Amino acid sequence: MSQHEIQVKVNGSEHKATVESRLLLVHLLRENLALTGTHIGCDTTHCGACTVLLDGQPVKSCTVLAVQADGREVMTVEGLEQNGQLHPIQNGFWQEHGLQCGFCTPGMLMTGYALLEQSSDPSEAEIRRAISGNLCRCTGYVNIIKSVQHAAAKLRSDAATPAST
Amino acid sequence: MIPAPFDYHAPQTLEEAFALLTSHGAESGDAKVLSGGQSLLPLLKLRLGATGHLVDIGRIPGLEYIKEEGGFLLIGGRTRESALEHSDLVRAKYPILADTAEVIADPLVRNLATVGGNLAHGDPANDHPATMLALSAEVVATSPRGTRTIVIDDFFLGLFQTALAADEILTEIRIPEPPASPLRSGGAYVKLERKVGDFATAAAAVQLTLGAGGAIERVGIGLTNAGPMPIRASEAERSLTGQMPTEERIAEAARLAAAATSPGADRRGQIEYKRQMARVLTMRALKKALARAEVH
Repeated sequence: MSQHEIQVKVNGSEHKATVESRLLLVHLLRENLALTGTHIGCDTTHCGACTVLLDGQPVKSCTVLAVQADGREVMTVEGLEQNGQLHPIQNGFWQEHGLQCGFCTPGMLMTGYALLEQSSDPSEAEIRRAISGNLCRCTGYVNIIKSVQHAAAKLRSDAATPAST
Repeated sequence: MIPAPFDYHAPQTLEEAFALLTSHGAESGDAKVLSGGQSLLPLLKLRLGATGHLVDIGRIPGLEYIKEEGGFLLIGGRTRESALEHSDLVRAKYPILADTAEVIADPLVRNLATVGGNLAHGDPANDHPATMLALSAEVVATSPRGTRTIVIDDFFLGLFQTALAADEILTEIRIPEPPASPLRSGGAYVKLERKVGDFATAAAAVQLTLGAGGAIERVGIGLTNAGPMPIRASEAERSLTGQMPTEERIAEAARLAAAATSPGADRRGQIEYKRQMARVLTMRALKKALARAEVH
């Protein structure tokens, strides 16, 4: 069984690690880097609680090997907040009650963030489609959709009025 | 869940990959090609399978593309499903492929899952085999001996078994361009699934070409998850070829397609139910393909 020296940029910081071939990306994040915001839900590629961005694309980190992320960039839920300010997607979930138990939330936030990177004003259908690989057992999804729309509106208004210096 | 131990290799070129596959795969039968990993890694994690060596082809450049050339649509073996789903060329000219890509697993899985992997996995529950049967695609296999082209009908040998040798990599899928004016072509893939991400309860792929007079010149019909192998509904195809697509002929072809299935009973339904769904979905796919051909 081979060991590998890998270097992964996580939330903007370079990390080096020596990992077994079979170590999953989600375990690298949670156990080696102590980034426990990314959750392990089903562990069978269904639920999306482990969603992170790999080179900007949302993927299920329980179904990626840590060695596959070597030399690449990962963004986790911990990377959303900047300088003590919640990202609009996080604020949207707060304002619109987009979570109850919170277990799916890290995955929902990352999928929602990735969607808003692609589309500034997604329709309800587009949001439902984007989060169709993320399961939530509490909310019935309605408030999650409102949360993403809330964030989209905030991002649009921020873009329309550049922050004064 | 953690897979049983294996060695991981990330070759930078096809030649390096072949060397690894030859030494670990062809000689000792203990290597697997890792493409998007969205079927293989779950299988290893659940320990339904094990391998001594994983050869990751994800760092080999030049295997991700969608382009038309020489009368074919060429899809690189490592092309992601999400790329297929969002390709303007595919959406405009090969709607059957866009239909297929957007019902494979879920959007997150499709960011990693590859078209070549979907075929090379050899799972009759996967969606691309039926589509590729309907399109009469060819698969390009590359090895140290060069490349060879395998027609899709000869590609699937059994459950999880394909015609690929241990040292071959599926590098390209070739799809004949659908004949256009004065002929008209259309295709569709229709899938019944319990929820997003599930395998098909039943699904049908249809690609057809109409002659100037409106008769069906050529039709390909593939069925998903309807037996131990992906199924071409040959009798249904024969019943339609050269005929005007009347309601009666469509209904009869759908009945023949259902008769070609041998599904197993599972949590997705009983055998009779799945056969009925294969019939209904074949009918719907035929009608959708016809409607698309008529607007072109």
